[in-house]
Amino acid sequence: MTEIPEHLLKRAQEAKEKAAAKKAQSSGDDGGAAEDSSSGESAGDSRIPAHLLERSKAAKARKSGGGDAEASSGGGGGTAVATKDSGAVAAPAGPPVGAGPGGHTQRLLTVVKSGSIQDVKAKPQDKVHVWPHLLVIEFVAALAMTAFVFIFSWLVNAPLLELANFNQTPNPSKAPWYFLGLQELLTMFHPMVAGVTIPGMGIFVLILAPYIDKNPSNKPEDRKFAIALMTVHLMFWAVLVIIGSFFRGPGFNFTLPWIDGLFFEL
Amino acid sequence: MQGPGRLTEKWNDLKDSVQGSQAWSSIFRPGSIFRKGYNDSPRNRSYVIMNSVLYHLHPVKVKRHAVKVSYTLCLGGLSFFLFILLTVTGIFLMFFYRPTAAQAWDDIYALQTSVTFGLLVRNMHRWAAHLMVLSVFLHMARVFYHGAYKAPREFNWVIGVILLTLTLLLSFTGYLLPWDQLALWAVTVGTNMMGYTPVLGNQVRFVLLGGAEIGTDTLLRWYVLHVLFFPFITVIFMAIHFWRVRKDGGISGPL
Repeated sequence: MTEIPEHLLKRAQEAKEKAAAKKAQSSGDDGGAAEDSSSGESAGDSRIPAHLLERSKAAKARKSGGGDAEASSGGGGGTAVATKDSGAVAAPAGPPVGAGPGGHTQRLLTVVKSGSIQDVKAKPQDKVHVWPHLLVIEFVAALAMTAFVFIFSWLVNAPLLELANFNQTPNPSKAPWYFLGLQELLTMFHPMVAGVTIPGMGIFVLILAPYIDKNPSNKPEDRKFAIALMTVHLMFWAVLVIIGSFFRGPGFNFTLPWIDGLFFEL
Repeated sequence: MQGPGRLTEKWNDLKDSVQGSQAWSSIFRPGSIFRKGYNDSPRNRSYVIMNSVLYHLHPVKVKRHAVKVSYTLCLGGLSFFLFILLTVTGIFLMFFYRPTAAQAWDDIYALQTSVTFGLLVRNMHRWAAHLMVLSVFLHMARVFYHGAYKAPREFNWVIGVILLTLTLLLSFTGYLLPWDQLALWAVTVGTNMMGYTPVLGNQVRFVLLGGAEIGTDTLLRWYVLHVLFFPFITVIFMAIHFWRVRKDGGISGPL
């Protein structure tokens, strides 16, 4: 048996009490009720406005009066309706034919809770319009970036050294800055390890990160290990890149930039 | 007093006839801010997105915390914007550049000395490229620290790492093109390293260089990779990346 939610039970109880009160009241003056309780089955239903009841009564009367000869002999819609619920005319407050023990004309068959048929996934969320809230931010960010690149390019020229010459190896020869961490590793490991294995493994592990890290939380306090590991890695590469960029001079030997100067081109 | 009044009237007549014309209304969809005057209402705010090409990128509404600059630092968006900036400046540079060992350096030199805005555009291309490497890298770090790679966004993280690799490859292939001492020897160092790939080392190096040594064939090869192949692949992966951001429920929730 489906359990009926408490608020529905409460509502049914209220309706029952209301109907009982109305019954008691209308049985007191049944003479006046006979005039307008022609639709007795809905008299107890206060939710239907009186003017609608009136209109439906008139419509029914017109229909039966116009088409049906038998009904028109009765002289108006009143009889047509009255024949339908003659019991109500005789005893307007009495229960309609076929009503249940409590005087109900309808029964609660089942309660379908929201979520039992349709899967309600979306919880209401606090949202804002993309225009203007997000687009304005994006526009300003793009504009600021353009301005920065423009001014920086106006002030600082990109390097263009002399024509490529296979016979003259510059000392030191450096890779682009983002590869200088790898070049730095070359001083410590065999080229296969430094140039292929370590970066290859690095990218591979990075790709697999979401499948390795099974912790569902994104709160920093729950992910201390992951954050620590990533920070160590990022710092490791950053330090290698900085050493390779600024602290390596001729022969890729260690130098101090403030003594020997910079050996670095972007 | 009659002058300005009549002028305004003329202006309004002109505006009405332009905005009422078939050409104008065929270009701007109903609800576009350019179709008729825009006044601020929730309905029009929705229409601005729904009736423009922006609908391919953005939904009509996003979570309130998603517009916080302190959360994203705009890094993903700026990476994309730098990619666009690099495409625009790169197309300009292509007009003045021939990828052969005999002409490349001279073309760059002529671009800097005798082409209007040539030096400026080349500088912008170079600095924006370095900035893009940096911003993509920082974007990855930001996403990691927010735990945004976790379900349901695992696969978008994978695409993101591929995009990071593609960004490095785009930058590295562009590094050779000026054909100066810096380019030649940086690429020599880089490709020598890749030559140590186990088993296939020599083949990998041969394919990359288009020969046994760096030469004019290498330049042509890297030029095509730089201006066509890698941008093409990158655009495809970016499209999937942006689409997945929306399909996976927008950017990751507040911490």
